[in-house]
Amino acid sequence: MPTTEEVTLLDLWASPFGQRCRIALAEKKVEYEYIEQNLADKSELLLRSNPVHKKIPVLLHGGRSICESLLIVEYIDETWPSPSPLLPADDPYARARARFWARYIDDKLFDCQTRLWKLKSGEPAHEQAKEDLVQALTTLEAELGDRDYFGGEAFGFVDVALVPFTAWFHTYEKFGGVVAEELWPRLVAWAHRCKERNSVAMAIADPHKLYDFVLFLKQKFGAK
Amino acid sequence: MAVGGDELKLLGMFSSPFALRVKLALSFKGLSFQYVEEDLRNKSELLVVSNPVHRKVPVLIHNGLPVCESMVIVQYLDEAFPGAGAPFLPSDPYDRAVARFWASYIDEKLFSAWVALFAAKTEEEKAEGTKQTLAAAETLEGALRECSKGNPFFGGDAVGYVDVALGGFAAWVHAFDEVHGLRQFDAARTPLLAAWLARFGELDSAKAVMPDVGRLVERGKMMQAQAAAAASTAATAAAKTS
Repeated sequence: MPTTEEVTLLDLWASPFGQRCRIALAEKKVEYEYIEQNLADKSELLLRSNPVHKKIPVLLHGGRSICESLLIVEYIDETWPSPSPLLPADDPYARARARFWARYIDDKLFDCQTRLWKLKSGEPAHEQAKEDLVQALTTLEAELGDRDYFGGEAFGFVDVALVPFTAWFHTYEKFGGVVAEELWPRLVAWAHRCKERNSVAMAIADPHKLYDFVLFLKQKFGAK
Repeated sequence: MAVGGDELKLLGMFSSPFALRVKLALSFKGLSFQYVEEDLRNKSELLVVSNPVHRKVPVLIHNGLPVCESMVIVQYLDEAFPGAGAPFLPSDPYDRAVARFWASYIDEKLFSAWVALFAAKTEEEKAEGTKQTLAAAETLEGALRECSKGNPFFGGDAVGYVDVALGGFAAWVHAFDEVHGLRQFDAARTPLLAAWLARFGELDSAKAVMPDVGRLVERGKMMQAQAAAAASTAATAAAKTS
């Protein structure tokens, strides 16, 4: 597909998955049309573009749709290899490590954080959600170690996969009493470092706005 | 054949469809490897050290470096052994995204439907698990039609990424059908998948690594019995407290 074909992103402002795509597009300096979706009343375009899952984000490029945020990010990386390659071109082992950690983030964080806000505080299941979340982020903290970014010296795939979730630290504190600066100081420092990049600063949600949004979700969908 | 000096070791388990995917990938690429059967109730030091995060199989250890997660391993094999036959993933970014999407779908929907069936304690839960399984099969039928474009495999005229992803489940499809009295890739409802299953199973490289379906059936029946026992224990306990 010629890289000059039209690019559209179907997304939701608060979605960390959508934000991954926005960051990748910005890193590659790709111009695109952003279309905010109403998930309570899904558009024809969304339903047609992602008939299997009916979810955002969806990337449309030259009329073809790509679904699933990490697949979209890889697609963006492969279609526009420069600037800013997100996966190292010549290191299969490093690429495998990056894909492993991106999947880890996908499997753990969204599920834990959803349980954290949805379930009733004080119940054993809520305590479990908190423990699971802490374990996941502590594992990621250890994996980052003393490096600037997950891939080493350059901002890359795992950083894109994780950084949108850092806007949720404030929400985690409100719902779980977990203080990011105390538990995951390296991740907090890494988040600040990533936010110095315009692509990240422009994409990730404001933590307070996000918290208000989650309160709304809790009222609507949370355990009574 | 493995490049001189390349050491490949696979930590797996005979009934794991995920480990089977890697065996299939290695077999199709003609790569020789050492296989280690893990007892997952008594995990080896090597497994724990190689996959500290999940402690799961499969793990591929290449010259001492561990790679985890079945489809991550399959992509790794494409990239680390470019001379070992045609890559499983196509070269076009869009086609790659489509292949990855369907591999992910197989895990998210087909496998999770099976897990639901395995764990089903009531007739209601079994019916729901069966419904989900058949729905996933129908969606995959559509995917096969689209991806194969009239050719035998998801990858076209040769086995590709999605074929390996689904291939890991091929023996279990037969076993599951027997244990639960299903016909998941039924020739009437999902003719392309039924043909694919037969054709895939006939490939020499697949036959070389496929597990014995009889053993899987035994294992499936054992898991079903365990689930039933757990259900009856729970029911007895509930009856005692009421």
